[in-house]
Amino acid sequence: MIGHMRILQVSLCIAVAMAGCQREERQLRLDPPVAAALDEIALMPNGISGAPPEVFFALGRPYETNAYNLSQGKRLYSWFGCKACHADGQGGAGPAFLDGWWNYGPEIVSIVASIRDGRPHGMPAFRDKMTTEQIWQLAGYVQTIGAYSVKTAAPGRNDDKHVRPAENRGPAALLFDEGPRPLHSDQGPRP
Amino acid sequence: MLALTAVLMLAGCTGWQSAIDVQGAAAISIKQLIFLFVAVCSVVWAMVMAVLIRALWRGREERGRPADLDPQTERRMTRAVIAATAVTVVIVTVFTTASFFTTRALSLASHDDLTIKVRGQQWWWSVEYLSPPERRLQTANEIHIPVGQNVRLQLEGADVIHSFWVPNLAGKQDLIPGRPNTLTIRAERPGVYRGQCAEFCGLQHAHMAFLVIAEEPAAFERWVNSQQQSATDPSDADVIAGQQVFLSRPCAACHAIRGTSATGTTGPDLTHVGGRKYIAAGLLETTRGSLAAWIADPQTLKPGNNMPMVPLSADELRSVSAYLASLK
Repeated sequence: MIGHMRILQVSLCIAVAMAGCQREERQLRLDPPVAAALDEIALMPNGISGAPPEVFFALGRPYETNAYNLSQGKRLYSWFGCKACHADGQGGAGPAFLDGWWNYGPEIVSIVASIRDGRPHGMPAFRDKMTTEQIWQLAGYVQTIGAYSVKTAAPGRNDDKHVRPAENRGPAALLFDEGPRPLHSDQGPRP
Repeated sequence: MLALTAVLMLAGCTGWQSAIDVQGAAAISIKQLIFLFVAVCSVVWAMVMAVLIRALWRGREERGRPADLDPQTERRMTRAVIAATAVTVVIVTVFTTASFFTTRALSLASHDDLTIKVRGQQWWWSVEYLSPPERRLQTANEIHIPVGQNVRLQLEGADVIHSFWVPNLAGKQDLIPGRPNTLTIRAERPGVYRGQCAEFCGLQHAHMAFLVIAEEPAAFERWVNSQQQSATDPSDADVIAGQQVFLSRPCAACHAIRGTSATGTTGPDLTHVGGRKYIAAGLLETTRGSLAAWIADPQTLKPGNNMPMVPLSADELRSVSAYLASLK
């Protein structure tokens, strides 16, 4: 009897330990129909906020919560020249992502629309330069560096010197700047 | 049987990626060094085994107490131990000296005829000929060098640590992000030598190969001249359509084709991709079919690589592969 209890305990311990071995799934190949469906975002008429396609939820919101996608987004951020205007999120010729203000709202569909279709005042459209999957990956990364609370998934670390808190510390939550922004004073309270 | 096995195993050591079939100055001196080590160590091993077998064969002699030796035997044994120790010291000294001078000679090229920057990234090699200035050009995954000339490689890593290894020509050298390394190679005979990444660098580490093609100086100059040319303007209707697809789709955002508006630097330079022996860092031989297969579904052929699957119609795929295959 005691022998059986011991076997049960040991197998329970092994099961608990094994549960920690689960590795995050990497979706390396996005089926073309899924990619096409991801392109069908529904935006509000003013271009701010809206609803992602259902397939985004069916996949488990991968571009917001999957570390591999966030890492790829981080690479795309430098490869596609985002730093030229937005620096490492501090902004420059383009708006900052770290000051807590989202000109078009923090929802991922707004960010996807901004990247895909461009926005007034100089944001170019990347529709012909990136695939749908890449646009979602990049949008997820941009949302992460501007998020008000820390996400559980983080992209890869920087190789070079940090010029802002790392992504896994929620840089925008640390650097939020209430400052005078009369242009968008109606866009929500302080987080 | 043993000899047959040895012969069969050694037969696998020749070829275009082998540290035994040496064709380069550095590889030759490394091979001589390791052969010296193997030869001397084999003799020492055989002698130790012979002494051991003899001792076992003779067994324990009948005598009173183990320490009871007559003075003559004692003197003989003392001399044997001293001799063995002296020989060991000599061998270790010779090994150390030979190893030191060989390693030093590897990095002491008197002059460099050519400087090439090789940048390793997940999972391909960017190759940029830096000097002399009249030989500047950009390519990928294929390094042409002139026979009998010292070629200085500036090795850089873009993302993680890679390692540059062409066993026929030289030993390994790491490509470390933020810390440029150099390696001088010199091919003594013309040939095609395969190299590959020798430091695990992620999912597709096994598919990160490249070729070093050593040519006679005249052939090398011809190659340099052809590579420096911009891509030729297409004349065939299918190829023209392919160029249009390439320039209007995401392809041009990451790849450069000199002579067109495509100037991306994230992916390999494709100005003369049709003339290279392999695509995707040694994954597939370059044919119009393999180019089409690669463009149609890169994530199935090489999962995890950074080439996205760009949605193209069948016609677009056919013409863009014709265009790329035409870029000789």
